[in-house]
Amino acid sequence: VSAAQRRFLLVPALAVMLGGLLWGLNGLPDFGHYRGPYGDILNRVAVPERHADNVVAATVFDYRAVDTLGEEFILFCAALGVVLLLRYQREEEAPPAAPVRSGAVRLFGLLMLGPALVIAAWLAAFGYITPGGGFQAGVVFAAAALLVYLAAGYRPFAKASRERALDLGEAAGAGGYIAIGLAALISGAPFLHNLLGGGKTGTLYSAGSIGLLNWASALEVAAANVLLFAEFLASYIAPLHRRQEKQAL
Amino acid sequence: VSFLPYIAVAWICVIGIYGVATSKDLIHLSLCLTVTQSSTYILLLAVGYKNGGAPPIFKGLKLGTKAVDPVVQALTLTDIVVSVTVLALILALALDAHRLKGTVDPDELAEFHG
Repeated sequence: VSAAQRRFLLVPALAVMLGGLLWGLNGLPDFGHYRGPYGDILNRVAVPERHADNVVAATVFDYRAVDTLGEEFILFCAALGVVLLLRYQREEEAPPAAPVRSGAVRLFGLLMLGPALVIAAWLAAFGYITPGGGFQAGVVFAAAALLVYLAAGYRPFAKASRERALDLGEAAGAGGYIAIGLAALISGAPFLHNLLGGGKTGTLYSAGSIGLLNWASALEVAAANVLLFAEFLASYIAPLHRRQEKQAL
Repeated sequence: VSFLPYIAVAWICVIGIYGVATSKDLIHLSLCLTVTQSSTYILLLAVGYKNGGAPPIFKGLKLGTKAVDPVVQALTLTDIVVSVTVLALILALALDAHRLKGTVDPDELAEFHG
């Protein structure tokens, strides 16, 4: 079909869909008038029950921890798929140096790297007390890894993101999450039941296994994201750098 | 005004699908898919919002304070992570198609089979 024919078919269909969506959404409670009850119940019981100030974290890693397990495996499988598509079609070659020539970029990257790592650790460690959590921490950590490429060049990034370490990190993150769930099962409680509940609300010693699951998912997300960056850079950016270096010779 | 977020949801969803259907470039197409998925973030957060509600994080907040729904926020978090990783997978497929066929135009790619 030509582009014009396609639009001729598409636009009326989308108009119907837009109308249907608006009609359906119109049946929801008005914006700002949430009726509950789940959110209200969780907001009331999560802090006394789980000693976690951040109810979102308590929902993700405790009340709906099994969902999060499934979601971690979407992440795991997607990263695996990218690796399968990219890694095995690549010829192994030494990473190009691709040094960064701008002094300002190098300095700024260096200054940002420390704070980025500290923020990542803070988000993971305090994820159940203040805004944050394992997923956010993993993404910030991966951004810090990308800063190494941006500020130091390709070769230092390639050295810092070795395949074996990343594969191991990803497996340990996903496996650790399951291991924490199985530990509950072995002790006679349901899968992923919060075993270590208690502690003092608002301190690092609180929220039980939510903290451990936080770290497991931080590891998983960080490894998966660095893996994605590393694979894309190795497959498509490294050859560009190599070509440039050959031309410069 | 109280219906405005829902209008935004419907519009972003539909405009993203329009982009997917008319796209001439797999990378553009995957970004359009992300636009469509963004409508679900707004929908989830809008459904759980309460006028004047505090964030559901009770550090320094008295228990029982009116707060928005934490469940939909947890779902949105999940949604974003899935969206990003699936985007990475689609981009890898797009780059692979480009390597094999030398094009990322879905119409031209379809011609190789038909």
